[in-house]
Amino acid sequence: MNNPNSNLLQISGLQKSFVAPDGARQGILDVPEFSLAAGAQLALAGESGSGKTTFLNLIAGILPPDAGTIRFSGAVVSDLSEPRRDCFRAQNIGYIFQTFNLLQGYTCLENVLLGMSFGQGADLVFAVNLLKRVGLGDRLHHRPGQLSTGQQQRVAVARALANQPHLVLADEPTGNLDRKNARAALALIRGACHEAGAALLLVSHDSDVLGQFETRRDFSEINRAVTAEVAT
Amino acid sequence: MGGIVVRSLRQHALSTAVTAASVALAGGLLLTVWVVKTQSQAAFTGVNAGFDAVLGARGSKLQLVLNSIFHLEASPGNVAWQDFLDLQNNPDVELAVPLAVGDNFHGWRIVGTTPDLFLKSEYTPGKKFELRPGGNWFDPARRSAVVGSFVAAKMKLKVGDKFHPFHGLIFDEQKQHAETYVVVGVLKPSNTPADRVIWIPLEGVQRMSGHRPDADTEVSAVLVKLKAGSALAGFQLDTFYNQQGSRLTLAWPISRVMAELFDKIGWFDRVLALVAWLVALVATSSILASIYNSMNERRRELAILRALGARRYLVFSVIVLEAATIAALGVVMGFGIYAALISAVSAIIRGQTGVVLDPLTFNPVLLWEPVVFIALGALAGIIPAIKAYRTDVAQNLTPQS
Repeated sequence: MNNPNSNLLQISGLQKSFVAPDGARQGILDVPEFSLAAGAQLALAGESGSGKTTFLNLIAGILPPDAGTIRFSGAVVSDLSEPRRDCFRAQNIGYIFQTFNLLQGYTCLENVLLGMSFGQGADLVFAVNLLKRVGLGDRLHHRPGQLSTGQQQRVAVARALANQPHLVLADEPTGNLDRKNARAALALIRGACHEAGAALLLVSHDSDVLGQFETRRDFSEINRAVTAEVAT
Repeated sequence: MGGIVVRSLRQHALSTAVTAASVALAGGLLLTVWVVKTQSQAAFTGVNAGFDAVLGARGSKLQLVLNSIFHLEASPGNVAWQDFLDLQNNPDVELAVPLAVGDNFHGWRIVGTTPDLFLKSEYTPGKKFELRPGGNWFDPARRSAVVGSFVAAKMKLKVGDKFHPFHGLIFDEQKQHAETYVVVGVLKPSNTPADRVIWIPLEGVQRMSGHRPDADTEVSAVLVKLKAGSALAGFQLDTFYNQQGSRLTLAWPISRVMAELFDKIGWFDRVLALVAWLVALVATSSILASIYNSMNERRRELAILRALGARRYLVFSVIVLEAATIAALGVVMGFGIYAALISAVSAIIRGQTGVVLDPLTFNPVLLWEPVVFIALGALAGIIPAIKAYRTDVAQNLTPQS
């Protein structure tokens, strides 16, 4: 387990822009400083289009930054080549999406095992235990289409924890769930991350979700690009 | 990676099956064309009935060989009996066997010859014609017949059966001869054109009612076997009959005459091969089209794989391997189509010519065709694989917030 007092994630001068349809380059992210302690759970509040998903994608190494540094456990990961970022992501990051992003042709167990195959390697016993932990012990061989949305999100949680990551990124993880299921899913995500010793960085615009976190920040305080856009 | 490929193929089972089937059809056609081409060439140039040359009337050597060895085509004319005797008495000639044609039985050719054909010649080195149990060779003095195995099977002829020959090489029920012949023997299968012939004594054809009065002083052709080590005699006879003489034609050596035929129709082989390759190209293009068309619906799946940590080269390889696997499935199915086609084609060729192709004989195409098809399949997978390689992960996972 990580030392809760040390910074797991340290970001400085992070910038990202995209080319708009009119050809102009549009800055979407400008984060001067950001840090997250190992094992911490932080919720970022932000409206749609505020760059939250881009921020998570940059941390996960899915997107390369235009400028700035992302340190993970002291190591600079933003400078890694794309294949090494892929490897880093598989081994250190768990990602939970709003739309779950489960592979429809795979069973619950296979979705989890597939996630493992790119990281630590497939471990059937661990995968089964994870699915039992999220309450799907009797749905191992069901395909996503045979599950409720709440159950699908639980598979996604199990898959995110499959490689015993140090950090779990959750992008609007309850956006597709009703309030009751959303609360249950959130409790599951937080509990599972806590048990696994993984830090949790969650982004949402749902005040009910955000209200359940002791530590939360407004993304507009972190991302100067949004502030600048609002100011203009 | 293999698991992802198998899963994807299962998910797109119908398109996989249809595409593999088109590859199978192309593969089966290519194998069949190739094997029939090489085997028929080998078979036709290898068949000489155990003789070195054929002497016949002045005319085409090819027609002479087709008529005398393959029992196809009409006879180019007749050879005087004295010419046969001259050859028989030639010190370089080991065996000369006269043939007389001109009659049929329900379309099956009746050939008159002497017992020497069966008793003295070997249709393949070390192999003489043999009779099925209970049969005898025909008696030159009687109206008796020995029936080739293929004719016997088709016409259900057996020892003791009687039949009336029909005049001409093409069956016409109005032209039945009065003579009655008795089947005294049935040949064991020799897998040569002789299986498609009804053999009767030479005199039988020569003296058949309705034939020309002078027919008994002529034969249609003479099969010639030279003595071992007398290759020079072939040149001498060739010069004597073909260059110095003007009445007769000597087709020597028999295999060269057939080889010249295949040389002449070589362009046809090339056209067949070209068509087969075009079919192969179309089939592999169908792999490209089928995978490429599925890429839009698979973008999200590929983005998920990438988000889970799969590298670009992995998704690229998955697509290429998927294309190669479809081609491999097609190749396997193609062997089934080949087996069916080659059996049918062999049966037709045997029925029409008596020449037997052996589908089980090894042919190099059976090795290189799978390799080429799988390589073409993999090549066809490269374009969709590049599309997969370029999949924008962030854009295809969720809408930007």
